[in-house]
Amino acid sequence: MSDRETVLGRVRRALADVPREERPEDVPVAGERLRGYGERTPAAAAGLLARNLADYRALVHRVSAAGLPALVAGLLAARGARTLLVPEGLPERWPAAAVAAGVRLCPDDPRATPAELDAVDSVLTGCAVAVAETGTVVLDGGPGQGRRRITLVPDHHICVVRVPGQVVDSVPQALERLDPTRPLTWISGPSATSDIELDRVEGVHGPRTLEVVLLEG
Amino acid sequence: MSGTYLGMPSFPRAAAEATRDSTLRGNLRHATHTIRDKRARAVAELADWPRLRSAAAAIKDRTLRHLDHYLVQVEAAVTAAGGTVHWAADAAEANRIVTALVRATGETEVLKVKSMTTQEIELNEALGRAGITACETDLAELIVQLGEDRPSHILVPAIHRNRAEIRDIFRARMADWGRPAPDGLTDRPAELAEAARLHLREKFLRAKVAISGANFMVAETGTLVVVESEGNGRMCLTLPETLISVVGIEKVVPTWRDLGVFLQLLPRSATAERMNPYTSMWTGTGMGAGTGTGTGPGTGAGTGAGARTRAGDGDGPRIFHLVLLDNGRTDTLADTVGRQALRCIRCSACLNVCPVYERAGGHAYGSPYPGPIGAILTPQLRGTDSELDASLPFASSLCGACYEVCPVAIDIPEVLVHLRERVAEGGAVTRGGRKAVIRPARGHAAERAAMRAARWTLDHPAALRTAQRVACRTRRLHPRRLPGPGRAWTDTRALPEVPAKSFRDWWARTRGQGRPG
Ligand code: SF4
Repeated sequence: MSDRETVLGRVRRALADVPREERPEDVPVAGERLRGYGERTPAAAAGLLARNLADYRALVHRVSAAGLPALVAGLLAARGARTLLVPEGLPERWPAAAVAAGVRLCPDDPRATPAELDAVDSVLTGCAVAVAETGTVVLDGGPGQGRRRITLVPDHHICVVRVPGQVVDSVPQALERLDPTRPLTWISGPSATSDIELDRVEGVHGPRTLEVVLLEG
Repeated sequence: MSGTYLGMPSFPRAAAEATRDSTLRGNLRHATHTIRDKRARAVAELADWPRLRSAAAAIKDRTLRHLDHYLVQVEAAVTAAGGTVHWAADAAEANRIVTALVRATGETEVLKVKSMTTQEIELNEALGRAGITACETDLAELIVQLGEDRPSHILVPAIHRNRAEIRDIFRARMADWGRPAPDGLTDRPAELAEAARLHLREKFLRAKVAISGANFMVAETGTLVVVESEGNGRMCLTLPETLISVVGIEKVVPTWRDLGVFLQLLPRSATAERMNPYTSMWTGTGMGAGTGTGTGPGTGAGTGAGARTRAGDGDGPRIFHLVLLDNGRTDTLADTVGRQALRCIRCSACLNVCPVYERAGGHAYGSPYPGPIGAILTPQLRGTDSELDASLPFASSLCGACYEVCPVAIDIPEVLVHLRERVAEGGAVTRGGRKAVIRPARGHAAERAAMRAARWTLDHPAALRTAQRVACRTRRLHPRRLPGPGRAWTDTRALPEVPAKSFRDWWARTRGQGRPG
C-alpha cells in the first residue's frame, strides 16, 4: 500500500465517530466574522495605515502625485544611493527626478543573479493593496511590483501606495482583493528579529529600511 | 546537548536540573513576561477576539472532522499548480523522501527555514547521514545549530541564551560552517544580527535547494503560507531552484477566506504584533493549469490580471515538492478528546503564560514541542511508552492559563487530565494506525515518573503561586476526579470544588493521600 493510501486510510478510520452522512458544510463555523474593526473614512484609514507602519519602524511619507518624483530623488540622495532597481510596469515618472540627478536605473531582469541584485542600492515598487489595521503592504507581482526577490535582496525598499484606492481596513478585506494563485508577499515594517533577549533589531536578511510613500489624490 | 531526543531523562529530572540553572531561569523569565504583557495589549485591539477565537476553533474542527476530504483537495490544487505532492506515514518515510529529492538535485548543502515539523522528524540528522549539510537560516535556529544545542521555545528557539553566550557561540563556531564571525564582535544585539546577516547571505545567494515547513495550506487553492520576521524565509522560498516543504497534515484550512481568521490570530498571539514583518504565500510553482484563470474566489487582483509576471520568469523555485506528514497525527485524530491538540497553530502563547514552563525551560519536555502544548501533543504523537513521554501529562499545575490564551481554544487541561488517566489506568489507543490497549502504569516506571512530576510541581511554590492568580477564572477546568497519584482517594470521594485560594492546600492534602509508601 502506498503511503498515500496508508495515511488517508488512517484518517478515515480515526474519524469513525463522524457520522457517514455528515458533510464538511454541516459543521458550523461560528458566527459572522467582522470584516474590519470600525467604520473608517478613507482619510482615517490612510492615517491609521501611516501610524501602524511607523509603529513598526517603516518610514512613512505622504505626497501628492506632483511631488512624488522629487520625494523619491530626495530619499535616494539622503542615503547616497547611486543605483535603483525598477520593476517592469513602474510609472516612468516616479524615478524621473532621481535619474535626472544621476541615479542609474537597473530594470529588473529575470536573468539577473542574486549577487547582481545584492549589488543594487535601492528598489522602488508599487503594491497591490495595503492594510490599515495591521500596517501592511502586499505585493502580488503585478505591474510595477516585480518579482519577489527584488524587494528582498536590496537593503532599501521604497514602496508606493495609492491612497485611497489601494488601502483597505482589514486582513479579510485584503484577502478578498487578492488572487491566491499569484506569489504574494505581505510586508509589515522592515526585516526584524527579536531573537537576542527579545531586543528588536531591524534588518537581518531582508531590507533594513522600508520607506512607504502614501501617494494621495 | 546534541543529536536526538532519545535517552532524554523524564520531565521531572530534566526540570529539576533546569531550575537549578539560574542564568537559564533569568533569561526565560524575562522573555516570557515581556511577550506575555505585549500580547495582552495586541489582543485588546481587536474588539471581537472571542468571536475570532471561536471561529478559528470551529474552522479547525470542521477541517479535522473531514481531514481526508481537505487533504485530497490540497493535493489536487497543488498538483494543478505545478507542484508534486508526496505522502509520508512516519518520520522515516518523510526523511527518505526528502533525502531522495535532495540527492536528485546533486546538491550536498541545503538551506532550512525554521520548521518544527522537520525537527520532529529529525530531518537534519537524517540528511547528515546521507552526506547532506542542512543549514538553519533563522537567527535563533542558527544560534541553536552552531551551539550544538536544541531549541527551547517554539518561536524564540534560543530564548535560553543571553547575548554574551550568543557572541561566544558565533566567535567559536561560525568559521566551521562558512563565513567566520567578524573580528572584535561584541555582544550588542545589532552587531550579532549583522554577523548572522553576513554569514548567511553568502549561503542565500548561492543556494540551490531549500527546505521549509508551512504555517497553513489552503485546501481550496493549494496555497502555502509561511509567516516570519527576518526575511530568511523569503530568501529560502524565493531564491533556490528547488523548494521542498514538509507539512503536517493538520495544517490545512478549508478556504482562502478562512485564512483571514488565522492571519489575524497568529501574529498577535505569537509575537504580540499586529502583523509579523513578512508573510509569503505561494501556490505550486505558479505554472500549472490553474495559472491565469484564478481558481480561488479572490480573482481580479488589485493590479489587473493581464500582467501576470510568472511562468518561467524566475520568480520563485521552478520545482516545488510538498511532503504531507502523518507521524502520529492520525493516531491523535483517533482520540476524540485529544484530537483538539491538532488545532494548534504553534503560536507559543501557552508557553509564555505557563508557570511550569517558565521554571523548567523548553528542553525538559524532550521534544520540539515544549510547554503546555508539548505536554499534550508529544505523548499523543509518540505514545507514552518512554518514561519521559509518560511523565509529560503531569508536567502541569492545571492552572488553566494556557487555555485562556490559546487562540484556537484548545482545552489543554482537559486533555492533560485525559492523558493522565490513560497513563495511570491504561486503555484503548491507536498507535501507528492500529488499535492497541495500553496497560495501566501502576507499579510501572511510568507511574513513578508521573509521581515525581506531580511532586516536582508541588515542590516549586513560585510556580504554583503564579498558577493561582488565574485559577479562580478557570475553576471549571479542574478535574472532578484526580488522576494518577490521588486516584485511589478520589475514587471514593467526590473531588471538592477548587476554591482558588486554597489550591495549594488542596494539592497538599491530596498529595499526602496519594503518596506511594
Ligand atoms: S496550544 Fe494554543 S496557545 Fe499553545 S501554541 Fe498551540 S495554538 Fe498557541
